[in-house]
Amino acid sequence: MSRNTAILRSHVESELRGRVASPFAEKACGNPELVSSGIPEIDALSGGLPRGALTEIYGPPCSGRMTLLVSMLAERTAETEACALIDVQDTFDPLAAAAAGVALDRLLWVRCKSLDQGLRAADLLVRGGGFGLIAMDLSETAPKTARAVPLNVWFRFRRAVENTATILALFAQQPNAPCASLVLGLQAEAARWRGASAGAPSFIRLLENAPLEAAIVRSRIPRPGRKCVHIFPRRGSWPTDAATPPGRIEPQMAWAISPDEKFDPSDSDAIGFASLYSSS
Amino acid sequence: MAFACIYIPDFMVQSLMRSEPALRDGPLAVIEGAPPLWNVVAANPVALRAGLKLGMTKAQAEEFGIPVRHRSESQEKATHAALLDAGWGASPRVEETREDTIVLDIAGLDSLFGSRNDIARELARRASHLGLIPQVAAASSIEAAIHAARGFAGITVIPDGEERKALSGLPIHVLSAGVETIEVLERWGVETLGGLANLPVLPLSERLGAEGVRLHQIASGSCTRSIVLASPSLHFEEEMELEDAVEELDPLSFLLGRLLDQLCARLAGRALALRALHLQFDLEPHFEREFRSLADDVRPREATVYGKVLTLPVPVRDAKLLLQLLRLQLQSDPPLASIRKISLSAEASAPRVTQNGLFAPQAPDPEKLELTLARLAKLVGQANAGSPEPLDTHRPGAFRMNRFAPSQVRPEKSAQNASGKIGTAKPMQGFRAIRPPVPITVDIRDEEPVRVYLRGKCGTVTAASGPWKTSGDWWQDSWQHSEWDVALDFGTRTALRGSEPRPDQGVYRIYNDGRQGRWFVRGTHD
Repeated sequence: MSRNTAILRSHVESELRGRVASPFAEKACGNPELVSSGIPEIDALSGGLPRGALTEIYGPPCSGRMTLLVSMLAERTAETEACALIDVQDTFDPLAAAAAGVALDRLLWVRCKSLDQGLRAADLLVRGGGFGLIAMDLSETAPKTARAVPLNVWFRFRRAVENTATILALFAQQPNAPCASLVLGLQAEAARWRGASAGAPSFIRLLENAPLEAAIVRSRIPRPGRKCVHIFPRRGSWPTDAATPPGRIEPQMAWAISPDEKFDPSDSDAIGFASLYSSS
Repeated sequence: MAFACIYIPDFMVQSLMRSEPALRDGPLAVIEGAPPLWNVVAANPVALRAGLKLGMTKAQAEEFGIPVRHRSESQEKATHAALLDAGWGASPRVEETREDTIVLDIAGLDSLFGSRNDIARELARRASHLGLIPQVAAASSIEAAIHAARGFAGITVIPDGEERKALSGLPIHVLSAGVETIEVLERWGVETLGGLANLPVLPLSERLGAEGVRLHQIASGSCTRSIVLASPSLHFEEEMELEDAVEELDPLSFLLGRLLDQLCARLAGRALALRALHLQFDLEPHFEREFRSLADDVRPREATVYGKVLTLPVPVRDAKLLLQLLRLQLQSDPPLASIRKISLSAEASAPRVTQNGLFAPQAPDPEKLELTLARLAKLVGQANAGSPEPLDTHRPGAFRMNRFAPSQVRPEKSAQNASGKIGTAKPMQGFRAIRPPVPITVDIRDEEPVRVYLRGKCGTVTAASGPWKTSGDWWQDSWQHSEWDVALDFGTRTALRGSEPRPDQGVYRIYNDGRQGRWFVRGTHD
């Protein structure tokens, strides 16, 4: 610590004497209760999500932030906890979330029109208390706009959830909250396709998943020693979930879906895929 | 047998004082009549001592510098209902004798409240809690209790067998008899009930008939009759007619708070809570709007009644919370004209008795949550805060918003997690919607998209899956989509100035709208 810093520190302490006992003392956070995020790989990486603390998850577009958000919501709502989602850019898809296991009747979805509305809504919810998870989704907010949020806002939010059982989660493109107890960085990996042999037509191909890589950027809680993990989500909602089988595909194409793959009868996806074509 | 009577002297005046507590200690005159011929019909003792007389005109009354208020039948009705509620709060057997008088059967209440004196004191306390100044009497007969309450100020307890002696000093006016009968008795020189009781019954019967015998029995304390029970009502209503119309929210909140306090005090007296609150304002006619609507018959006339219903997820009896909820509703949807009458009616139910279990999962406090939801609704709109529910349709992205009321019932394990795989199973690929869908330009080669132009960027399609055709609702607002999942490579991008460029790639869901012949992007796999 430099001499100037020490002088400044002693000056601040003398000014606050009698009002604040030790302004620069680190509050002993102890070992916060950790709960599952719904993704075993993330739990293995971070030890779980800390209650009464701010967790920040960031990554570029299509890096799996929604996958993680939906998993967290599914896990918490399955435990009959009330959850709140502050959707700053209105990008949450309730149908996909329901398919992922989120109990929508225990989810309070706040669709905002601006970042300011989102921050005000978050303020109301953290002060209201009682939620198991409050997630604030700034994923589609421009990093520059998100950076413009004063830092004391995040400190205030963290302070509001301290000593409560609420998990406050922030999703963004870039890290914004220096007071976060746990910061996870996500990166997208190349999407994997089913039936994607070279030159195969697109109508016999299905998106399998978009794997992601998660890494611990910062953590103030005791955790396992791993640095990063790779996550392979199961397939999400295909367009076919809502669609009728495409009529243009001939029945004899059913066996042609995996010319370079072995058909695995135990694979329920493959069975569904095959039956989709054979039914038409 | 034991009965107690609660009597509210100067009922018209006290009804008005109940809604305006500031007037309680000073003089007050009540006027009634067709304008401009208003006459004083009631006044409290302070006003009468100042020289005010009943029957004076409004102008004469105002010369005394005494506050003058118009008679309010709605407030008298509400005060009477409140008085009955106070009675039912103490005893289930209540008689609605007159507007200003109720009688309670207090037999058996001694184990709850104590002696007869304690019961009378408790009844007086309950009536005082309503903002009234009551006269309470307890006796072994109904009529003795009624007349003692009317004749004696404060609390009176008449021991068994001493009714005649106790009532003997009361003036003859306290009797509930016709004016002519009272005048006849006064001409005879009978001024007190004791004097009436001393008269021989037979000659009295010959001169005044059955009425005379009844009055003699009352005066001698030997009149007995059965109590006529009133049936309890679960309808609670409070009204306030305003002398001057109110336009702004702050003074309106003050009045609403007072009415809510009265309503909650009544509910508390009956050990009930409020499940739904109906608010109604009678609005002042808006002359400018009236004129405009008369000039243009096509336009509908403005409604002169403003109504709101506040439905609560759990029964509530907190006046402050209710006021805050009403304020938030009024701020988001204010009435269009000034208010001249306020009506609040409550749907009552048993209060919430559920206590959270030691191991119950955490959930927001229902009362606090209701306030938070109301504030959120004011912030983002009612339709933008709640629980989504997918609709039973194949239309992409179809859902509706429901009121958020988290259930504490643990759901049965679905087939997906029947083996308890939550927390150990693979997560599902997330999908991020783009609302509304963004129009894009798509280059097609061999019936497959090869390039996508999105928000000024050109992305090369590295993999695609589709088309997946969906259509529906042909009878109204039909839709016909051909959907594709496409992996797009936009090259590299720089998120923040100075940061290193990163590959800008992603998997998008795009569709061709068959009706418009245009391409849109629905969302991304995130």
